[in-house]
Formats: sequence, structure tokens, C-alpha cells
Amino acid sequence: MGGASRRARNRPYLTFRATTYVLPLIGILIVVAGFALRLNPLLVVATAAIATGLAAGHGLVDVVSSFGKAFIDSRSVAVVWLALPVIGLLERAGLKERARTVISRIHVATTGRLLLAYLSVRQLTSALGLVSLGGHAQMVRPLIAPMAEAAAENHWGELSEDTRNHIRAHAAAVDNIGLFFGEDIFIAIGSILLIRGFLDQNGIHVEPSALAVWSIPTAVCAFLIHGTRLLLMDRKLKAACERDRERARANEGTGAA
Amino acid sequence: MITLDFVYILMGLMMAGIAIVNLRDRTSAKRYNNAAFWGIYATTFLVGSHLPNIVNGTLVIAMVSIVAIGKLGGAPTERTTRVDREASAARWGNRLFIPALTIPAVTLLGTFTLKSMHIGGVALIDAKQVTLISLGCATVVALIVGMVMLRPPVTAPMVEARRLMDAVSWAAVLPQMLAALGAMFALAGVGPLVAGIMERWIPLDTALAVVVAYTVGMALFTSIMGNALAAFPVMTAGIGLPLIVHRFGGDVVIMAAVGMLSGYSGTLITPMAANFNIVPAALLELPDGNAVIKAQIPTAILLLIANTLIMYFFVYRK
Repeated sequence: MGGASRRARNRPYLTFRATTYVLPLIGILIVVAGFALRLNPLLVVATAAIATGLAAGHGLVDVVSSFGKAFIDSRSVAVVWLALPVIGLLERAGLKERARTVISRIHVATTGRLLLAYLSVRQLTSALGLVSLGGHAQMVRPLIAPMAEAAAENHWGELSEDTRNHIRAHAAAVDNIGLFFGEDIFIAIGSILLIRGFLDQNGIHVEPSALAVWSIPTAVCAFLIHGTRLLLMDRKLKAACERDRERARANEGTGAA
Repeated sequence: MITLDFVYILMGLMMAGIAIVNLRDRTSAKRYNNAAFWGIYATTFLVGSHLPNIVNGTLVIAMVSIVAIGKLGGAPTERTTRVDREASAARWGNRLFIPALTIPAVTLLGTFTLKSMHIGGVALIDAKQVTLISLGCATVVALIVGMVMLRPPVTAPMVEARRLMDAVSWAAVLPQMLAALGAMFALAGVGPLVAGIMERWIPLDTALAVVVAYTVGMALFTSIMGNALAAFPVMTAGIGLPLIVHRFGGDVVIMAAVGMLSGYSGTLITPMAANFNIVPAALLELPDGNAVIKAQIPTAILLLIANTLIMYFFVYRK
């Protein structure tokens, strides 16, 4: 008896019933294939959403309706764009250029050290629940990224386009990592509330403060790991800039000959 | 009472402004496409709460069609030259930071003070949404400070917002689209399905194996869903609670806290977490849309290993 049910459990998914059972996974398949083929992500995700709903056996009207409702319900993620008029206005007046000038006067500031400083500020403020102090639109584009680029220019000269983009990507990454591995130390953040709600439903009561305390070891590891990478990045940037310069000189040489 | 709807009206007005600037730009080959895209997006903010769901769904599909069939035009070139901006930067000096820092400062102030404010016994704002409403108000205050200080042409904020918004382009809408996909996954029961398949194919006989299956599973499942909060209930109901806590006697607090943080490694490596990974790449005008993810992968992997070790060494200690 037990042996038979065990065999049934291990049967591979080949029968018709098993195929309809995994059909809702078509959405994941579409997303993976779509991203791999580099199709437009907006199209890929919308197609996957509609296909998933249809595969689960809902009618087209139902699917488009719940799709529309979910889109409307999640409008709050877009609120950050309200910063664009004032950020654009300040860029027009030279905000990025000013950020560069300020950083060029601080001689100890290298790209890695500057991003390390931002990482610690972002992690600490997020741990206090002040997650809106950072952000890609408000902080990274107008201030952190231009400062990180300027710090590299001061120390290692003109930057190639690739190096510049590499530094920008790291500026955005620091904002994410500081936020993710800081916010869980704050007891009222969404993820802590979700853990608590989920465990409550399963009849287990935990204190938010206990969850927050057990987020600290990971936060420390995140700071050490990413901080080390940032300091090592300075060396790599220096080498990359020297390589770029040599290549430019070699090209000049052949041009002259 | 001020609710999130007030912020959505602001968003709608801004998006409508961006649509109009696009429409009036005769130098842009795709101006009608861009105007239609941002115009429909404006509609979802201005009246979306009052429209039937099927109409909203159709509007979203129309936006996707514009992007897929007609394509959007990119950002216009800046109207000021670098020389102009450097001169302006020299003139204004550090005062330029004042409006920029007004945004976080007013957001903070609002978060702490608005919650307890009452007018005639009625709460001034919806307490649950205090951070977002404060952020919305802060951007308006910062814009007023910037306008008074710099005295640019009246149209400048909208023209500049359009320049930045068209640089981000369709990626601006992707986070909402992914939230809609998440809702469809929930409707179709994709989460329990994936957890069931994982339980079936992964050997889970030792205390170490269940920890690894849980932390790595959280990271992988998060990278599929794009959100650790969506992966947590499924993985914890499938592996965390029944195996780590009940069968092997692990500590529930450590399991849950470190499990959630393992999921964040998944967030760092997936294009599905668009607002953290794809949107900033667009905002910083990086040619490689995955550049931010590539910068994060080594940290994500090392942290996942660290989280697995933390959980293994502490979760079973009593």
C-alpha cells in the first residue's frame, strides 16, 4: 500500500492529467524565454500574466479585469517619479556639475570609499526605518552617481564610456544593498510584518523585535562583503583607466605613423 | 482627509504634462506614440480608481501594444549645454543641494508629524499611507523651493520631467506590470505548485539539506516571483515550518528572519525585481539593461552562502 503510493508520487509528469496540472507554470516559461530572447520586457510580462490566467481556466474578461485591477492597485510603486520635475530642474541648473566639483575638493574620496560611505549611511538610515532617504531617482542619479564618477576622474583621469557605466551601475547597486540589508532591522517594515502575520496564521507568535535582532548578523555580513568589494573596486578602476589610456596612446601612435 | 488618491492626482497631472510636452515636440519622430503612452498612463492615475476593472485592463493592454508595435521615442537631447550648466553651478554653488535635500527632509518631517494631526476631530491624512503621502507632498514643496530660487521658465519642470521620463521610458511601468503578473500567479496557484515540485525532487533527509533547500529555494523562488515577500509564505509553508522547525526542531525566529534575507539575494539577481534592477539602469542611461544585476551578483551569491551558514549554525542551537 505504502509502496504503491510512493511509486505514484515519483511518477514523472508525462500523463495528460499531470500536464494540465502544471499548465499554470506557462507564465514562468514565457518570462524566462522572453527575457532570454531579449524581447521587450513589458510585452513579455503582460503576455505571461494573461497566459497564466487563461491557463488556470479563467475566462478572458475575468483575466483582463483582474490584470487591470492588480495594475491599478499597485500604482503606489510609481510615486517616486514625482521627484522628476524638481530633479530635472536642478540638473538643468547644474546640480550634477556641482556634485562633481564638491567631490573633487575632497582628495581622500575615491569611488570605492565614497560608495562605501553611502552604503553605511543607507544601511543605518534604513535600519531606523528611514527608507525614503535614498532611492535611485532622488539620490543616485542626481548626486551619488556623478560624485562616484568625479571621484574616479580626479584620481585616474579621463574615463572610458564602459568604465563610466560600470561606476553608475555600482552606484545603483549600493542603494539596493544598503536598503535590503538595513530595512529588516526596523521592526515596522513590511517584510517583518509579513513574517509575523504568516506565523500568526500558523499559530506561532513571535515578537517583531526578535526577528529584527536576527536580521543583524546578515546586515553585518552584507556590509563586510559589499564593503570589501567596493574597496577592491578602486584597484580595478585604476587598472582599467591605465589600460584605457595606454590603448588610446597606442592608437594615437599608429595614427601618427 | 488626504489619502493616496491625492498623490495619484499629482502623478496623473505630471504624466498628462509629459504627454503634452511630447505632443508639442515636432522634432520627435515618435511624438504621437509617446504622447499616447503617457496619456493613457495619466488616465490610470486620474480616473483609474473609478473605472471598471475591465476598462483598466484594456488601457494597460493598449499601453503594451503601443510599446510592442509602435515603439517609443527616446529621450530628447538636453536643452542646456555643459558650459551653461557649469556656469550655473558656479553661480548657485551649494545652494543647488537645498531643493534636492528638501525631498528627504520634508518626507521625514511629514512621516513623523502628519500622522497625529487632526482638523476638527478628523485625521488630516490616511495614517497607513503616511510615508507615500509625505513623499508626494515633499516633491511639491521641493519643486516650489526650486522654482522660487532658480526662477526658470514656467514650463521648465515639465520639459525636464519629460526628458527624464522618456529616458526611463516603458521601464517606468514595468514594476506595476510585474505586480499584475504576481497577482495572476496567485490567482493560478503558481506558488504552491512550484513548492510542491521542489519538495518532490529534492532530497530532504538531513538537517543541513533542509536548510540549504530553504535558503537556496527562497533565493531562486524570489528570482522567479521578483519579490521575497511573495516567495516567503510558499517556501516557509513548504519547507521552513514542516521540516526545519517541526521535524528537525529548529528555532522559528531564526528560520523566518534569515529565510526572508536569503530571498533578498534572489531580488538582487533578477530582472523581475524591475524597480530595483531594471528601472535604475534605464534612469542612469546604461546601455546594458542588466548592468545593475551584474554589479550585484557576486555580493548576492556570497551573502546567500553567509545566510545559509548563519541559519545552519544557529537555527538548531537551543
